[in-house]
Amino acid sequence: MEGQLAAAGPAAGSGYFDAYAAVGLLAVVGVLFVAVSFTANRLLRPVVYSPEKLLAYECGVDPVGEGWAQTHIRYYVYAFLYVIFAVDAIYLFPWATVFAAAGYGAATLVEMFVFIGFLAVGLLYAWRKGVLEWT
Amino acid sequence: MNLLDTLLRCVATLVVFLVLPLVIGQTEHKVMAHMQGRLGPMYAGGFHGWAQLVADGVKFAQKEDVVPAGADRRVFRIAPAVALLPYLLVLLVIPVGPDGFVGQAVDAGIFFVLAVMGIGVLGSLMAGWASANKFSLLGGLRTAAQLMSYELPMLLAAASVAMAAGTVSLPGIVDAFHWWWIPWQAIGAFVFFTAGLAELQRPPFDMPIADSEIIFGAYTEYTGLRFALFLLSEYAGIVVVAGLTTVLFLGGWHGPFSDSLGWLWTLLKTFALAFVVIWLRVTYPRLREDQLMRFAWTVLIPLALAQLALTGIVKVAIS
Repeated sequence: MEGQLAAAGPAAGSGYFDAYAAVGLLAVVGVLFVAVSFTANRLLRPVVYSPEKLLAYECGVDPVGEGWAQTHIRYYVYAFLYVIFAVDAIYLFPWATVFAAAGYGAATLVEMFVFIGFLAVGLLYAWRKGVLEWT
Repeated sequence: MNLLDTLLRCVATLVVFLVLPLVIGQTEHKVMAHMQGRLGPMYAGGFHGWAQLVADGVKFAQKEDVVPAGADRRVFRIAPAVALLPYLLVLLVIPVGPDGFVGQAVDAGIFFVLAVMGIGVLGSLMAGWASANKFSLLGGLRTAAQLMSYELPMLLAAASVAMAAGTVSLPGIVDAFHWWWIPWQAIGAFVFFTAGLAELQRPPFDMPIADSEIIFGAYTEYTGLRFALFLLSEYAGIVVVAGLTTVLFLGGWHGPFSDSLGWLWTLLKTFALAFVVIWLRVTYPRLREDQLMRFAWTVLIPLALAQLALTGIVKVAIS
């Protein structure tokens, strides 16, 4: 069973899940690599704690207040815009593989342009509203 | 037997993942030094300091590991691994040569690559948040904002290539490549490479981690091996972005004698692009945070959309 799992030729990409079994195996290899290097580090390193060393670093002076400071996150609008376009991208990739095939052609292309056009107008609106400006 | 084969491919990928970033890091030391009229490392290993990064690695492995008292210890400790491993997984699916010279071909190649690379931002965000340090927190948020903003033009430029090739499989895209794709997809290539550079937070897009601005951003509190893993992920990222640009826009293994020397072409193109990454670092001043965000949203995304339109119209016209 294990052997059959990895049976797909790497170039053919046949067997949808076989390819991802290799990805999973590599993930295990990667986690092992990280675990081994952390363990080696633990065996090799000195441990000389002092309270000063454990302070948060603020350019050499003692830290002021909490580390988790309250800040005004100016970037959250970018996150919204990102989600909108990322969802668009999910539609874009499957569409990209078929739009030029027989039976699709220009009409399919125009439909996608209309879809992207809506998003572009949204981006333009956000821009005009000034949310892409810093101040 | 096949399990063994897959395991060998995984181990080979790991070896490439550990060696190529060191080669590029060493190249960066020497190239940057010579561009600035210095010599760079000259002692480690004897010949022109070739072993400098090996020595650095040995040093990092012996360094004390300091976790700040206020930090969220568990998140703080695993953040470097979260930042590093996505690049390892991406490296597996990048085709090197024709006829299956690839770690493992994945049907939804581009999609897989972009999705997995998106995980890397979590590492920076975890590091920034868990450090309990104001600089780290600000740096982590800046990193997240930058990576999200530049992910988009990257996605759109990659979609343009998928449209041109009519497939999302990476070997399939290189197979479909013709020389005239280079002028056709030139805008997309520029957008993809620039956005990739920004994803790596390399100068001139290094505002979130710039030492004179914010110490080292999300990685301020890191020491020893964990710090080294963040650095390794930056250089592995150079390999991945240069490799992906090669595969998507520069024709991967295509070139003279590509039947037998295809892998060499992929490597040469990747290293040429890595050289450009280093060159840009030495050449350009840093973008300010607002300029950085404006560049993504008002320059790169419109350009990428224009490239999508161009690709679609030409593709429908010729088919």
